[in-house]
Amino acid sequence: MINNVPFFAVMLLIAIGLYTILFKRNLIKIAMGIVIVEAGVNLFLITLGYREGGLAPIYTHLPSGVEIPGGLVLPVPQALTLTSIVIGVAILALILSFVVRIYRHYETLDSRNIRRLKE
Amino acid sequence: MMDWLLTHAPALLIALPLLGAFLTPLIDRISGKARSAFVLVVLAATQLLMMALAWDVFTQGAHIYTMGAADPTATVPAQAAVPVRIVLQVDGMGAFMGLISVTVSLAAAVYSLAFMHRESGQGRFYTLLLLMVVGMLGMEFTGDLFNLFVFLEVLSIASAALIAFRFYHGDAVEGAFKYIVISSLGALMVLLAVALLYGQYNLLNMGALASVLEYTYLDKVALGLLIAAFAMKCGAVPMHMWTPDAYTVAPASITAMLVAASQASLYALFRICFSLYGFTLDLTTVGIIIIALGLLSMFIGVTMALPQKDIKRLMSYHAISQTGYMLLGVGVGLYLLAHADFDTYGIRAMEGGIFHIINHALYKGLLFLTAGAIFYKVGTRNLDEMGGLAHSMKYTTVFFIIGALAIAGIPPLNGFASKLLIYESAYRVSPILSIVAMLVSILTLASFVKVFHSAFMGPRLEGMGDGREVPRSMLVGMGLLTAGIILFGLFPDWVVSNLVHPAAQALADQAAYIAALGGGV
Repeated sequence: MINNVPFFAVMLLIAIGLYTILFKRNLIKIAMGIVIVEAGVNLFLITLGYREGGLAPIYTHLPSGVEIPGGLVLPVPQALTLTSIVIGVAILALILSFVVRIYRHYETLDSRNIRRLKE
Repeated sequence: MMDWLLTHAPALLIALPLLGAFLTPLIDRISGKARSAFVLVVLAATQLLMMALAWDVFTQGAHIYTMGAADPTATVPAQAAVPVRIVLQVDGMGAFMGLISVTVSLAAAVYSLAFMHRESGQGRFYTLLLLMVVGMLGMEFTGDLFNLFVFLEVLSIASAALIAFRFYHGDAVEGAFKYIVISSLGALMVLLAVALLYGQYNLLNMGALASVLEYTYLDKVALGLLIAAFAMKCGAVPMHMWTPDAYTVAPASITAMLVAASQASLYALFRICFSLYGFTLDLTTVGIIIIALGLLSMFIGVTMALPQKDIKRLMSYHAISQTGYMLLGVGVGLYLLAHADFDTYGIRAMEGGIFHIINHALYKGLLFLTAGAIFYKVGTRNLDEMGGLAHSMKYTTVFFIIGALAIAGIPPLNGFASKLLIYESAYRVSPILSIVAMLVSILTLASFVKVFHSAFMGPRLEGMGDGREVPRSMLVGMGLLTAGIILFGLFPDWVVSNLVHPAAQALADQAAYIAALGGGV
């Protein structure tokens, strides 16, 4: 049960994020929603990478008694998470710069009032 | 030298525009002319290399490239049991899509030379344009799921920044905001699906994954996430809301590239259905889902297009409707994949759908460029405010007529060739599919007759530009795509048997894909 706690946290984060994106009107909150979903997905990746009793893959020469299969953890999920965090920062910066521009043009952050395209 | 180039072509094709993109702002500091020339040289070199690689793929067979390996053609390193390295794979389908992306980008860049010359910050514009090329080619060549996500994000970020390029118009940023929110959410769903698959099989390589996939409950969840995300990115109804907004506000040359970019997502959707899941799928159900997405997109797209007054918004809805044809054609192929009729009807339908991808990239790219030419001269996108443009813009008028007739499927232009393939094979599943497809085609023609009449016909109006044709570089950009439309319309048999059939075959033949990527371990 305790091992599954991260997975519940993942589901909770993704659900909160989706709720924020779908139902909040403030553009900053929508951006926050995306970051929360992203945190959920990243947590999921990191949780997948955990192997009970595994060693971190940081040795050039293995400690005695450690076999390659099963002994060292494959660092792929961690690498994926790092890449995904970097991409997430870029996306967040871009979204926030759009929000700044939108605020200058419309002088509001309420998505109900930002619909020049809907005319 | 040639052999070396061809062996490393998949990596070079991604590296060349990537390095070019980051050199562009530096050269831009020296002079604007040098920067434009540099961008064109990079894109032309990419185009030549892509054509050489495509020629090799279509005559000699698929290419594999393992990043950083001593022998790039070996996917499984000597010490490991499974393919763990980053692998690029270019088969018929990948080469076909790569050709489309690079050709449209080259035409868009040539067109932009004059179209964007009044804007400031062109260094950034061309940097992002080259990054879009990187994203598209990466998505089309990648052999592993995680890089699919990475290149999807590269493409989304570059596209969003370009959609907002005219940030001094509020609506441009509004469209870009919608686009980036929806695409980053879609990309996160892709990443979640990738994690679900990795958690079960410890693999990211698509070929190796395909060979062990068991279609468990979690695999179905992952499939649902992937289909939803990529169908949204290619603008299929009911996830099409971002398409008209983003397409309308982007500069016209970027809109043409966005068409090619959404087709890269379409490619990813097909790749996942056919090559990753393939025969483990419940083909009937998934086939019907794709067909239904196609039908909805075709019909709703065209009916939404009819009442539009904004010329680019109208064309955007047509883009949605045309995407429906591709989904329909390939969906019929997927539905019939394990069926006895696959070799007679299924493969024909897939050829129709895939042929339609390149045709659509050419004529919809051309139509958006003509809309941009009108906007360049008249300064409005509203159809009610323009008229009589045929008097002053003769070449643009001809290009528009060719594009409009091609999208409506009038022989002998290319749209007719691919639509006919879809009509005559889709009725195997249900005659209703062919009837809807023809009906949509008629409505498309009606809608473009309206545009033609209100924009080009009528007496010469005051205030409609300066009475001259658009600059030469814009005409060259449009001419490139027009030449493609006419060539493909005149020789559809050659194109189908030499380009489209190998592409359809590459999608349908999952075993070859698995073997090429070193799966089955």
